[in-house]
Amino acid sequence: MKKFKFTKYKNFATYALVIIVFVIVRSLIAGGVITNSLQGLLVPICAYICMTISLNLTVGILGELSLGHAGFMSVGAFSGLAAAACLKDAIPNGGLRLVIAIIIGALFAAIAGLIIGIPVLRLQGDYLAIVTLAFGEIIKNILNNLYVGLDKAGLHFSMTDSSALGMSGGTVLINGPRGAVGMSKLSTFTAGFILILVTLFITLNLINSRSGRAIMAIRDNRIAAEATGINITKYKLMAFVTSAAMAGMAGVLYAMNYSTIVPKKFDFNTSILILVFVVLGGIGNIQGSIIAAAILTILPEFLRFMQDFRMLIYAIVLIIVMLVTNNPTLKNGLHVLRNKIGLGMHKKQQEAGGGASDE
Amino acid sequence: MNILSNLINGVSLGSVYAIIALGYTMVYGIAKMLNFAHGDVIMVGGYTCFCAMTYLHWPGIAGVVLAVIVCTVLGIVIEKLAYKPLRQATSLAVLITAIGVSYFLQNAALLIWKSDPKVFTSVVNIPTIRLFDGQLAISGTTIVTILANIVIMIGLTSFTGKTKSGKSMRAVSEDKGAAQLMGIDVNRTISLTFAIGSGLAAIAGVLLCSAYPTLMPTTGSMPGIKAFVAAVLGGIGSIPGAMLGGILLGIIEILSKAYISTQFSDAIVFTVLIVVLLIKPTGLLGKKISEKV
Repeated sequence: MKKFKFTKYKNFATYALVIIVFVIVRSLIAGGVITNSLQGLLVPICAYICMTISLNLTVGILGELSLGHAGFMSVGAFSGLAAAACLKDAIPNGGLRLVIAIIIGALFAAIAGLIIGIPVLRLQGDYLAIVTLAFGEIIKNILNNLYVGLDKAGLHFSMTDSSALGMSGGTVLINGPRGAVGMSKLSTFTAGFILILVTLFITLNLINSRSGRAIMAIRDNRIAAEATGINITKYKLMAFVTSAAMAGMAGVLYAMNYSTIVPKKFDFNTSILILVFVVLGGIGNIQGSIIAAAILTILPEFLRFMQDFRMLIYAIVLIIVMLVTNNPTLKNGLHVLRNKIGLGMHKKQQEAGGGASDE
Repeated sequence: MNILSNLINGVSLGSVYAIIALGYTMVYGIAKMLNFAHGDVIMVGGYTCFCAMTYLHWPGIAGVVLAVIVCTVLGIVIEKLAYKPLRQATSLAVLITAIGVSYFLQNAALLIWKSDPKVFTSVVNIPTIRLFDGQLAISGTTIVTILANIVIMIGLTSFTGKTKSGKSMRAVSEDKGAAQLMGIDVNRTISLTFAIGSGLAAIAGVLLCSAYPTLMPTTGSMPGIKAFVAAVLGGIGSIPGAMLGGILLGIIEILSKAYISTQFSDAIVFTVLIVVLLIKPTGLLGKKISEKV
């Protein structure tokens, strides 16, 4: 009973954190404190936060390493973009169109998740990771050669080039490697904020439900879980497809922030970037995911004064954080330091994304 | 003739993948980690050889030797600084550290050599061989790549089978604790594995750049991923598996480019991997691990 109350309190704290930060950032924008370049980062931050929560569901809660999560983001992004472009005349309201695009993106990503999940989840460990990587690359390769056009006759698809679409007038929505061009930017910071809340709501409710406990039981001991009558495939797929759908939603939000988006944006490096956020935020720790995604997206922006050296510094910081939080000797040193300075240090460490998986 | 020439090209590309895959598979076998920085070691090897040949006007073979030395040292240093402190950590933590190292190498290369692609002159100056009245042309680079692969395969097999260090490597990969009890210096053996893997990566880098002569800080990433796939295809941890996987992957890639579709060759390669893993979950030559309750 006590434990139950604690999780409830923690969930509440997570929602509160997001809402408070949103209100603060909003008032800072109103006060003109936030620069333009930072304002441009707000929607990507929201998208990355959603992506990180979604991947944390796969990596932290389901306990399977996925190296191709950007693939789902990509599927969501491009199906959402196409949907939004088709509905441009039917629904003039941008906000409503964004919502529909996000729903359609989530749907397509969920279908992709289902198709991929059925074979993938039969494998284990590193083999599963490499297959998700392979699927991510396949999705990128297919989208790189996908041409979608819209004219009066409806949608046209082609896998060769834009002239093979056979269109009479109309516009090319997705143009192979050149991606989607001339899209209306529908994403706003508020939309991103709402999407984070939705993602949080789905994830936290799933984790604290009967299904969520089953999923975590599978993570902790698959054989024992199976022996107690838990349907392994069903629950694994449930977590994986939910995770894919949320990645699709984040993809739509991300893509709608730009007028041009290319399939190459969602490659292996993006998958890895999100994985780094998850690990630094703490595996299985949703709150940590939010904090890590936000801070690590802004960090390169603050390192801009170092110009060419900033990504190098970023890499060094990443290695050092991993060493300090995972090496027994260094970790002990950190504890001693923490105790000397007092508890205040603990908080700071967590905010810096350094307090990996205390959970 | 066409199919024969494609097959030879496939074996040649596959040989490069196989040499890189050896590095992945040996490191995985012994340290149980996915070394994502391996692809970037290839790039460093390529650049080192390029600098030796272009700026120092060294002959090609000296450039290759220098590249091997630089990469071997780099491999040992990376292992000592980044991976050794994490021996007891979770595999995910090591994976992220490897990614950090990969970022580091790419961005360091970007600072040193800038982002503009360098044109790599082939280290091989054997003329192209023409057979069947010039219908079948085999370039010198292709021959050298395939020969290098054969030499490396024979060398490595006898090294792991016959020498003391090789045997200790196999022992450590089988059971670290037991190997230590038998008086094997585990840390030294792991360092040795990284050294050999990185040295091979340098050779692979030079051969790769000789065949595809553009050199950029990101040159190593895609071949790195492909070689990783090759290692998994053959059964990660198995040396003959890496060879088989690499060559198969090269042939599949070239044949699908020639006969199916240029754009979808990557998708085909990855699909083959998925199909193989679904049929044989531990790769073609991987050991089947029975699960204990």
